[in-house]
Amino acid sequence: MKDRAVFQSRYLPWVLLLPSLLILSIFIYFPAIQAFILSFYKSNLRLGTRRFIGFENFTNLFTGPFSQAYKQIMLQSFLFSLCVVVIGLSISLVLATFASQKIPGARIYRLFLIWPFALSPAVAATIFAFLFNPEVGGVNLFLNELFGIKPRWLDTPWLAFMLVVSAAVWKNLGYNIVFYLAAFQNIPKEYDEAAAIDGAGPLQRFFRITVPMLSSMTFFLVFTNLTFSFFDAFGIIDILTRGGPIGYPPFDNAGVSSIMMYRVFQEGIEQGKSGFAAAFSLFILFIIMIITILQFRYGSRSVQYGDN
Amino acid sequence: MKRRYDWVIHTVLIIGCTIIMFPIVFALIKATQTRAAVMTPNLIPGAELMNNLRAVWVEASLWKFMRNSFVVAIAVTIGKTILSLFAGMALVYFRFPFKRFIFGFILLTLMMPTEVLLVPLFDLVSQQPPASWTAFWAWFHDPRHVLLEPSPFGLGWANTYWAIIVPFLASATGTFLFRQHFMAIPQSLADAARIDGATPLQFLTRILVPMSVNTIGALAVIQFVYVWDQYLWPKVIIRREDFQVVQVGLNLIIGTGEGTQWGYVMAGALLTLIPPLLVFILLQEQFMRGFALSESK
Repeated sequence: MKDRAVFQSRYLPWVLLLPSLLILSIFIYFPAIQAFILSFYKSNLRLGTRRFIGFENFTNLFTGPFSQAYKQIMLQSFLFSLCVVVIGLSISLVLATFASQKIPGARIYRLFLIWPFALSPAVAATIFAFLFNPEVGGVNLFLNELFGIKPRWLDTPWLAFMLVVSAAVWKNLGYNIVFYLAAFQNIPKEYDEAAAIDGAGPLQRFFRITVPMLSSMTFFLVFTNLTFSFFDAFGIIDILTRGGPIGYPPFDNAGVSSIMMYRVFQEGIEQGKSGFAAAFSLFILFIIMIITILQFRYGSRSVQYGDN
Repeated sequence: MKRRYDWVIHTVLIIGCTIIMFPIVFALIKATQTRAAVMTPNLIPGAELMNNLRAVWVEASLWKFMRNSFVVAIAVTIGKTILSLFAGMALVYFRFPFKRFIFGFILLTLMMPTEVLLVPLFDLVSQQPPASWTAFWAWFHDPRHVLLEPSPFGLGWANTYWAIIVPFLASATGTFLFRQHFMAIPQSLADAARIDGATPLQFLTRILVPMSVNTIGALAVIQFVYVWDQYLWPKVIIRREDFQVVQVGLNLIIGTGEGTQWGYVMAGALLTLIPPLLVFILLQEQFMRGFALSESK
């Protein structure tokens, strides 16, 4: 770190830092410590009772009477994140690849592809809620007219799960495509052209050149999409399904569209079981930390720029 | 030889664009129709747009939700920018003890998203402050209470703007961004300013801020949209409609009964979309050129 400290003052840097440090201490570090303390208590917000119970909240997460539900929710969170990341990034990569070709009208295509950047989870979910409303929604009116069917999108377990995934993927497409389009501008065109002259087909060039060249961008997007599917997807789930419906065995211990963050909200805020919710939050924090560490460790290694 | 595949490219892009555009076009059309037409498969735009907008704006009190969102988003954006500028400046242009530790202290918060701290943060913001100093001292004087038990006191900010503004005023991302930006400004500039007798504050307002307009703009825009889109925290801490933000308010307009006025709701969703969309249109050239990329690096 080059030293640029040109001004001399004993107190001024602290005055400049104080507001930020105060707010971070009060609203991040203090709650983080409180989360640790709370996680050892059985507490009920409604009754105002608090009792020290040691590690019981943590053991309840894995072996208690509701542990089947928690395990199902952990599995679902994983599946949900996996779907959002894999489906979302695949579609974005393909569309970005096509939209960055030299064809007439590419600008217009790009504009139509990346505007969902402006969508918020709540707006995306609100539009989906109407579009897939079983009685008056556009999709069912259309399906009813053509095939005489009216799928119960929000009450049928696997349909509800896929609907939440679709809304999340749709919301994030703009973001992903923007980043992929930007990454495309940094790829030298020569590789692709050289491969084409050597007789490689478009599919072969896509998988052998485009995909590896974009791997560092993909890596970055995997992590931003994971954060999105862990936290920001809350709004989508809350508006569309409220975590429901209960699935078929073995997914019958909790609502199939519940993710971990949604359960923390339900137990911690709606039911007032703040001790248990704090323990569950710490479990999520633990996963986030592992992901962040992985990102820092392997982030720079997966870069592929060719030989230059 | 590339020409051969052009029609494939066009076909895929047209299908992709149609699917991505469909929900929003659908919402737009339904927002223009009468109450009866909204409930039919009819996709011909009607003439009710102004009536629907007026209804959702006035009757469903969207104006109130929008006002709250604007107040909160603007307050957070301005506050965050100023605090990040200050912190960035302190970290780059001053020498003081524990500098590395302070920088780490700020950066570490990136690992702790507010959502994970939802429950303790809720307790902190919503619980009442101690009734008197004696009550506070009775709790505080015994370290066992402070270190081993959940705090019984809070700020008493439930249902106020404070609750959705103050916790978000400091930013590790912003501080980091300004620090990196200041490090890239030539050293000679700061030296010259100091030799000419500029105070640190003058240096900040006359030199650093004008030189950082782009960074400030980018950060401000990203923060505005981030705060505008927030859902979970306002939903949890604000229980009175008068102070609710628009993302949660939208769900209140949907309501729970069967009688949802979907035409109004679609009009409301579109209005909610406008501020981030304006930002997007304003910056689309930069988006296309990969502005988002350069800012995140």
